[in-house]
Amino acid sequence: MAIDEKEVRTAEEPKPTGLGLVKGLGVTLKHALRPSITQQYPQERPDLPPRTRGVIALKESNCTVCYKCSRECPDWCIYIDAHKETHEPASGGKGRSMKVLDRFAIDYALCMYCGICVEVCPFDALFWSPEFEYAEYEIVELTHEKEKLEEWTYTVLPPPSLEDGAEAPAGEGAA
Amino acid sequence: MIAQAGVSYVDQWLDGYWLVLVVKAAVVLVFFLTAPLAVGYAEHKVLAHMQARLGPMYAGAFHGWAQLVADGVKFVQKEDIIPAAADRWVFSLAPGVALVPYIVVLVVIPFSDQAFVLNLDVGIFFVIAMTSISVIGVLMAGWASANKFSLIGALRAAAQLIAYELPLVLAAAAVVMQAATLSMIGIVEAQEQYWFVFSQPIGFFIFMVASLAELTRPPFDMPVADSEIIFGAYTEYTGLKFAFFLLSEYGGIVVLSAIASVLFLGGYLGLPGMEAVPGPLWMAAKIGALSFLIIWLRATYPRLREDQLQRASWLVLIPLALVQIMGVAVLKVAV
Repeated sequence: MAIDEKEVRTAEEPKPTGLGLVKGLGVTLKHALRPSITQQYPQERPDLPPRTRGVIALKESNCTVCYKCSRECPDWCIYIDAHKETHEPASGGKGRSMKVLDRFAIDYALCMYCGICVEVCPFDALFWSPEFEYAEYEIVELTHEKEKLEEWTYTVLPPPSLEDGAEAPAGEGAA
Repeated sequence: MIAQAGVSYVDQWLDGYWLVLVVKAAVVLVFFLTAPLAVGYAEHKVLAHMQARLGPMYAGAFHGWAQLVADGVKFVQKEDIIPAAADRWVFSLAPGVALVPYIVVLVVIPFSDQAFVLNLDVGIFFVIAMTSISVIGVLMAGWASANKFSLIGALRAAAQLIAYELPLVLAAAAVVMQAATLSMIGIVEAQEQYWFVFSQPIGFFIFMVASLAELTRPPFDMPVADSEIIFGAYTEYTGLKFAFFLLSEYGGIVVLSAIASVLFLGGYLGLPGMEAVPGPLWMAAKIGALSFLIIWLRATYPRLREDQLQRASWLVLIPLALVQIMGVAVLKVAV
């Protein structure tokens, strides 16, 4: 592979070093005089953006037990147990069957925070929550059940408002 | 005051040869065990703030002031490992050989015309001779460790000392010529009119650069270049022995800052119009300022290459020092 002579970059003539050395001293001194950016975490709350992707939260009432999240999960860290119930409509006729969620748990020791479950959830049951303090002393305790996942939804911000001129949401219940 | 100049406080207050000796030794030892810790703590904090960090914040409750005390306690608890192939005696002796010269040098450093331990007639000669011994400790450590990285580090340290001892001595010699005395107190008293940094700024620059190299402080820290040779001669050391090497590094900063203050910054002499401030405080302030400068340089400059270091010494500093010493000699004779 021939290299065009013009393409070869030659090193620039070295400039006198003295000025750069003084400038370097100026940079370090300037930073020394500025307040440091360290946040003393346990004493001081970290200054996180409100939509920080800290942990995945579950709004149980939105979940239809479609299993999409658990099937899409790359490392199979979502546990879902459910059973089927049949309700007789008051007006008579064929009974309506529905799935009832028994257990929904995420093993955060396995979760790699890819967010695919949040993306695929068709009914907005999974959210990114800004919470991050759920360290445990035992690895098995990192499997958090749906009660804990529900708590984390309380700190999720409401969805951003629609853009001007956007189509109105389809139904009343649409989030 | 002037009548008593040249006689130390301890000699005036106490009688008896041995009592005076013990008190003086205790004072030197206490100073040597506290001042380097202060410099070490300052290095933690100054480096941290220059990198927009906070540095130690917990040990001792207030801004981590006791961090180095805690480090010392930790070092004591560490297992004392001597490699199987090491030369045990030389290996164990090396930290002491590196440390003791700096303690000994403190003996001749004056903190005022009365606060000193010994006023040697050959003060500066003694100082320069002693500071050079320290590197023998490093060489011993590197040789006795039976480790290739240690050996390379030790030989680098030795080569560095040979290259930088010369400009250091030449810069000091120029000061001695102007002051016409080798005594540390005599050199300070000779700066009554003006500090020698104003008459010999080049000498001051050469002395500080050579001091950095002698201490193997960044940007001249190839003997401990961690990316190439782990930690040079100290690689195999643990626990207290390792702590001694660290202490000798920070003790070296204090000692060489003190020597530079005496030679170029008027030692314990204050600025005109501020005679109310006592001499020891001036001396401490100057040591502190120069130590800060040494730390500041560490935060700013990357490490030089080995050949760059040798080139800087033999082709720049030594000719510069020779020119300066000739200039001083000519002026001394002519004026």
